[in-house]
Amino acid sequence: MNMTMPIQTPQRAFAVGAPILELDSISLRFGGVKALTNISFNVLEHEIRAIIGPNGAGKSSMLNVINGVYVPQEGSIRFQGERLAAMTPTRAARMGIARTFQNIALFRGMSVLDNIMAGRTLHMHANFLEVAFRLPRARREETEAREKAEEIIEFLEIEHIRKTPVARLPYGLKKRVELGRALAAEPRILLLDEPMAGMNVEEKQDMCRFIIDVNDHYGTTIVLIEHDMGVVMDLSDRVVVLDYGKKIGDGTPAEVRANQDVINAYLGVAH
Amino acid sequence: MEDFRFFIEVLVGGLLSGLMYSLVALGFVLIYKASGVFNFAQGSMVFLAVLSFVGFMELGLPFWAALPVTIGMMVLVGMATERLVLRPLVGQSDTTLLMATIGLAFIIEGVAQIAWGVDVRRLDLGIHDEPIMWLADNFEILISQLDIAAGIVAGLMVVALALLFSRTKVGRGLRAVADDPAAALSIGIPLSHIWMLVWATAGVVALVAGMLWGARSGVQFALVLVALKALPVLIIGGFTSVPGVIVAGLIVGATEKVAEVYIGPYFGGGIEGWAPYMLAVLFLLVRPEGLFGEKIIRRV
Amino acid sequence: MFYREAGQFHTSYAQDTQLFPLRQDRVGMAITLLAAFALPAVANDYWLSAILIPWLILALVALGQNILMGYAGQLSLGSAGFMAVGAFACYNFILRIDGIPFVLAVLLSGVCAAIIGIVFGLPSLRIRGLYLAVATLASQFFIVWALDKFGWFKNYDTSGVITTQPIIIFGHNFATPAEKYWVVLVIVAVLTLLAKNLARGSVGRAWMAVRDMDVAAEVMGLSLLRTKLQAFAISSFYCGVGGALFAFAYLQTVEPSAFTIDLSFRILFMVIIGGLGTIMGSFLGAAFILLIPVFLNIVFHAAFGHHVDSTLTSALEQVIFGATIIAFLILEPLGLARLWQLTKERLRLWPFSH
Repeated sequence: MNMTMPIQTPQRAFAVGAPILELDSISLRFGGVKALTNISFNVLEHEIRAIIGPNGAGKSSMLNVINGVYVPQEGSIRFQGERLAAMTPTRAARMGIARTFQNIALFRGMSVLDNIMAGRTLHMHANFLEVAFRLPRARREETEAREKAEEIIEFLEIEHIRKTPVARLPYGLKKRVELGRALAAEPRILLLDEPMAGMNVEEKQDMCRFIIDVNDHYGTTIVLIEHDMGVVMDLSDRVVVLDYGKKIGDGTPAEVRANQDVINAYLGVAH
Repeated sequence: MEDFRFFIEVLVGGLLSGLMYSLVALGFVLIYKASGVFNFAQGSMVFLAVLSFVGFMELGLPFWAALPVTIGMMVLVGMATERLVLRPLVGQSDTTLLMATIGLAFIIEGVAQIAWGVDVRRLDLGIHDEPIMWLADNFEILISQLDIAAGIVAGLMVVALALLFSRTKVGRGLRAVADDPAAALSIGIPLSHIWMLVWATAGVVALVAGMLWGARSGVQFALVLVALKALPVLIIGGFTSVPGVIVAGLIVGATEKVAEVYIGPYFGGGIEGWAPYMLAVLFLLVRPEGLFGEKIIRRV
Repeated sequence: MFYREAGQFHTSYAQDTQLFPLRQDRVGMAITLLAAFALPAVANDYWLSAILIPWLILALVALGQNILMGYAGQLSLGSAGFMAVGAFACYNFILRIDGIPFVLAVLLSGVCAAIIGIVFGLPSLRIRGLYLAVATLASQFFIVWALDKFGWFKNYDTSGVITTQPIIIFGHNFATPAEKYWVVLVIVAVLTLLAKNLARGSVGRAWMAVRDMDVAAEVMGLSLLRTKLQAFAISSFYCGVGGALFAFAYLQTVEPSAFTIDLSFRILFMVIIGGLGTIMGSFLGAAFILLIPVFLNIVFHAAFGHHVDSTLTSALEQVIFGATIIAFLILEPLGLARLWQLTKERLRLWPFSH
């Protein structure tokens, strides 16, 4: 892994491909409150796709719809062209969707290493008897999981805290460990819910670098939510803008920046 | 007609003991509402309160003197609990607090037995466990005077507490504290006063409940187990709902007695020991938020 | 002084995932086990049958409770109920199946308890915390009642008490306290090793994931249903095996009411005092809860001679248990196991602790 790599690589290892995820006319309500109204957009394989918008725009709800935590009342989701009736979190995970959370959702009582290894749940097939008796499959999977976890630990530069309980880590490192846990699943799509919220400038730069590296190194498709416009513009290939649960813009960072609706939403022009 | 009369007797007996469950459960609700603690030791407090009351009378105090002395003692117990157990554990998980109050229950039961011994005491409130003659004569229905009296006292207490919660300044303060202690403090509600009042009230409730149960079935350790029946009542009624707990107490009392009398014989009896818990579990599977509780939507 | 890790390097992950990565720990464990086997040579029968046998058995049950509560985060107040299932299942297996090997009967009793555990674990899918605690109380009261009311479980013994059959393994009757101790020691040691493997492997990580953040666990692809029920099953298995041993190697005459809610609470206390989510803690906690009454007895007899009121000591015991629980919850929520670990870490650095 070349860590001195510039942020924007002219030639990426995985060229942006066909749509991997397509959301069609999604509407989500909580009781009488409309969280999302008729939203459609797609995500291309290997791209970095951002969802931005002011507070309460429905960004997190969108992410929760994608991985099945919320079930939309209307609309459909296609994954690799296949229409999915109802997504559940487990099903999303099996299809290769991993995510991080806005308010860090690490396993507090476990070490960094265990958190990351826990992320490999779907790659662990040994049943409890095999694990209890340390039969060959369980041992092999355990060693593989450890190797993969160490690779991620090295990649995220957190070797020094490998055996520290996560509850003791500072905020920025927690966010990094959570990214590591998601990566351990070897996902095809990675959903990041405000990966840089609450970080200082240096931590933000690190996180940007990791996101780009993940995309470049593993070819992982990334969908990220971000509050901070500036960061998103540098990072992403394409951007969806939400405001009050509606889509008001979609395109490259340059296109979105020039969109009058987006400017109004961010500058707070009256609706 | 004979069967129907018998059914009425069983049902009324069940409802009356149900009211007493409600009363014990209200002690839980009171503390849960005010401090978010599920006080597992409430049953032990019932035991301690009535045992001490009887104990003070044995030491020669008259009824009307033993009453305030016991209440004063229960307030001290409550304050000590608040200061020594709950305050150091502020902000811990529900489970931790529950375990702490289980520990507290052990302490209270142990102390009660060290102080007063383990003998079963009789408590005579001047009302006898005999059928009400008027009902027996006119309708041939046998309902104990003691049960009716206990039911009436429990009912009055329940109503008084419900009014305390909803109508008084103290009750409003209490609800504010339950919602958000920090905010309540910042608008000038004196937390420690509220908590003291709550523990004092819980102590009184425990004493009354203990006296009613004690007059019925003797003052003994088994009261702790009776008080445990308040748990299913709470589950069904919801931890924070006063009307919920009242209705749930009636449901549990009635179900338990009716089931014992009509279904119990097929299994050799004794099903009232677990029937309320099973009822609560079934209830949980259908309506986890309780009878009058609000549905909680979990957010990610 | 001898507790040093210098010069011990692990060159593969397989080496680093050994049970005891430090040589001193490996040697220490071997010595402990050997000493445990040799113990009957020095311990008298009172110590073996009144202290060591119940200690090992209750430690096993505490381990079961710890799997459910400490690792998987599901509060249960019904462990004694599952012990009762194990005890009466074992009695009936040996009674009704001719020539069934003792160890097989014990394991099958664990399986029975596991099945009942799954049934009573089902509500855990919809409810949590306090609510689940009440649901487990239902299991506690129901099981003891059912064993009491249905004569079949006790082979219609009119006294309502069963007398356990002798422990016969490969034709040998393990009758003396020392022999029973060995049987218990072997079963407990093996099951402890298996529990350790579960806890530090993928299964344990899944349990802890569900305990710490169930939404995140689900999003990673963990089935909450499977993970929770698995924890209930395995936990109840340990309680069931513990119950069978409790009946056969310790009590010998058993009635359902031996498995009261009070016993469940004591097991809960063992786990809290010993340390939630640690294997070692189950053993330390069981020792603590068992030794307090013994210790109290000695103190009282020394102080008052033979005129000690047993109700007084048992009431005092209750007060001490309760106070200890609260003290641990406030001062050291991770229990004795944490204190033990801290001592070990100091030893690792001693005498250069800065």
